[in-house]
Amino acid sequence: MSTHRELIRRALGPRVQFVQGDDACAYGAVLAGCTFFAGYPITPATEVAERMAEILPRIGGCYIQMEDEIASMGALIGASWTGAKVMTSTSGPGFSLMQENLGYAIMTETPCVVVNVQRSGPSTGQPTMGAYGDMMQARWGTHGDHEIIMLCPASVQEALEITIVAFNLSEQLRTPVLVFIDGELGHMRERLVIPDDDEFELVERPRATDRASYRPFAPGPDLVPPFAPFGSGFRTFVTGLTHNEDGLPRASSAAVHDQLVRRLAAKITSHLDLITRYEEFYADDCEIAIVAYGITARTCRDVVEEARRRGIKAGLLRLISIWPFPEHVVARWAERVRAMLVPEMNLGQIVHPIREAVAGRCVVTPYARIGGELHTPAELLEALEALQWQPA
Amino acid sequence: MATGLRIKTAAELRTNYLRREMFPTIFCDGCGIGNVLNYTLWAIDEVGLDLDRTVFVSGIGCSSRLPGYINADGLHATHGRALAFAAGIRAANPDLTVIVFTGDGDGAGIGGNHLLHTIRRNMDMTVILVNNFTYGMTGGQSAPTTPDGGFSSTTPYGNIEHPLDICELAKALGAPYVARWPVVSPAQPVKSIAEGIRKRGFALIEMLTPCPTAYGRRNGLKEIEQIWRWYREHTVLLDEWEWVEQFGSPEEREALRGKLKIGVFQDTERETFEDRWAALVARERL
Repeated sequence: MSTHRELIRRALGPRVQFVQGDDACAYGAVLAGCTFFAGYPITPATEVAERMAEILPRIGGCYIQMEDEIASMGALIGASWTGAKVMTSTSGPGFSLMQENLGYAIMTETPCVVVNVQRSGPSTGQPTMGAYGDMMQARWGTHGDHEIIMLCPASVQEALEITIVAFNLSEQLRTPVLVFIDGELGHMRERLVIPDDDEFELVERPRATDRASYRPFAPGPDLVPPFAPFGSGFRTFVTGLTHNEDGLPRASSAAVHDQLVRRLAAKITSHLDLITRYEEFYADDCEIAIVAYGITARTCRDVVEEARRRGIKAGLLRLISIWPFPEHVVARWAERVRAMLVPEMNLGQIVHPIREAVAGRCVVTPYARIGGELHTPAELLEALEALQWQPA
Repeated sequence: MATGLRIKTAAELRTNYLRREMFPTIFCDGCGIGNVLNYTLWAIDEVGLDLDRTVFVSGIGCSSRLPGYINADGLHATHGRALAFAAGIRAANPDLTVIVFTGDGDGAGIGGNHLLHTIRRNMDMTVILVNNFTYGMTGGQSAPTTPDGGFSSTTPYGNIEHPLDICELAKALGAPYVARWPVVSPAQPVKSIAEGIRKRGFALIEMLTPCPTAYGRRNGLKEIEQIWRWYREHTVLLDEWEWVEQFGSPEEREALRGKLKIGVFQDTERETFEDRWAALVARERL
C-alpha cells in the first residue's frame, strides 16, 4: 500500500514537464494536500478542473462538477468542513457568481483556495484573452467589511509554488485565499520542475483537541479559532449570521458584530509578515520604478534591463501578494524614487492602492492596456524614458 | 416502525437532541416549523441516528433556522444553496449522514437548480422541505408555491403564476424517495422522515406547514383551527386522487382543482453518486 504522498508523485508523473499555468495550479494543489475539487467549466480556467478530474480519483480524492459556480463554492465550503483541503477554479464571470459564498467562507473561517484565470470583461467579454480586470473585485466583490488574501504568480513554475503557499495561508489563517493568474499565463506552456516534498513546507489548520472546552469561534493565540471537522463529535454550528464565540447567532448585537468582524480582519492584517511577497530589482539606486504584477511583470524585467543599458536608473517592484496590499513596501520605494510607472492589463486598478501608499511622495503614472494583448517592451521603455523628464 | 411510534416527551427531546442555549425559537405562534422539528427528532430517535456523525444543513429562511436548535454539527448556509453545501459534505465524507432543512422559497425558488441537480446525481441525503406557500421571514411575499390566486405582499391582487409541484418534479427527476404530508398529524411525517433517512439516495419529504403570520392572515387562515381545517380539506391522499381521476364523476374531478396530493410519491432504488464515485476510485486509484 502506497502512502498518500507516493500516490501524489505517481499521479503527477515526471519531475520535469512542459505544461500550462492552469496545469501548474492543479499540481500545486495536489502537492499541498488538496483532496477535493468542485468546479464548473469556464475558459480559460477549464484545464485546472480537467487536471483535477484526472488526478483526484487516482489519489483517492473527490472531483465533482457542479451545476454552476455558486454551487461550486458552496460544495467547497461543505467539503472543507469535513476537514478536507479544497480548491475551485474559475474565470471572471464565474468569480462574480462566487462572491456571496466567498463572503460566507470568510465569515465562517472556512479554509479554501480559489484560482481565477482572468479574462477580459465586463460580462462575457473576451473568453480566451488574458486580463487582470478582477483585481478590485477580488478585494471588494463580496459584500460587507472584510480582508482577503490574493496572490499573483508570474510564471508556470511560480503558479505551482504559489498555489502551495495559498493552501498553507488558507489553512493557517482559516480564510479563503485567491490565486490570480490570467488567460495568457494559464494557457502558456513552460518548463515546470515539480519540487520534492522536502523543498516546500505544508501547513495544516489548527485543530481543536478538547471537546469539553471547545468553543468553535473562540480565537487562539493567532486570532484563529481551532477547527473541529464535522463528524468529530464536537458538534459545531456554523452560520453566516453574526455569531458569538460559541457559533450561535447574535445578529442584533452591535458589540458581537464589531468584535467578530474586526477580528476576522485583524487575523489577516496582523499576519502581513506571513503573507507579503514581492521581488525587487535595482531597488538600491532606482530613480524611476515600475510596479507590476502577474504576467505584465515579466515584460517589465526586460524593460528595466534595457533601460539600465540606456542609462536610465530604472528598477522593478514585482508584487506577488496583492491583498492585503503591501503598503509598507510601496511606501518605502516611494521615498527613494522620483516616479512610478504602473502597467496593468486593466484600466487602472492596483494603481489606486499604490497612489494611497505613495501619498504624493512621487509621481505615479498608470499604463493601461486592455483587449487581451500584453504590454510590449518598446512601449514601456518609451513610457519610462518619458518619465525621466518628469520634474521631481 | 411496525410496532407504532413512541412519542417522546418535550423534556426527553430537549435533553437528547436540542441546543438549550438557542431557545426560545424565532417561530411565531401557530407556525408549523416546530412540528417539523418534533417529527424529525422522533424519526431520528426511531432510526437511532448517531448525532455525532450527522450534519444538519440549511439555507436561509424560517425553516432554515432549524439546524441551530439541534445539538449536532450544523451548516446554516447561504440562501438557496443548502443542497450545494450538502453535496460537498457528502462527496468529501460519505460516512456522514446529512439532513437538509429548506423552505419552498429556499429549496425550490432560488435553490431550484441545485434541487434538480442534486436529485439527478442522487446524492444520499434527506431533504425536509418546509412548504408554507410564502417567503415568511421577509414578511410574506409570493413564492414559487403560492397557490393560484393566493394573496401575498407582492401579489396584493392575487397570484397569477402557476404554483410549482415540488414532489412531482422530484419524482420525475428520479428521486428514490418522495413524500408530502401536512403537519396536522405526526404519524405519516415521522414514518416518511425515518424512511427517508434509511433510504440510500436522495429523499425529499415536503411538509405542508402553516404560516399564520405572513401567509395565513392574508388568506383567511389566521386562526389555527381555520388553518388545520384548510389542510384537511385541501389535501387528498394519492390513492384517492388517482381513483377520482380514473373513476370519479365530473364534479368529483372538478373538486380536485386547487387541492394538493399527499402521500408517498416514490419509493424506489437508484445508485448514488457516492457509491459510483467509490467504485470509480476503486478502479482508478494508483
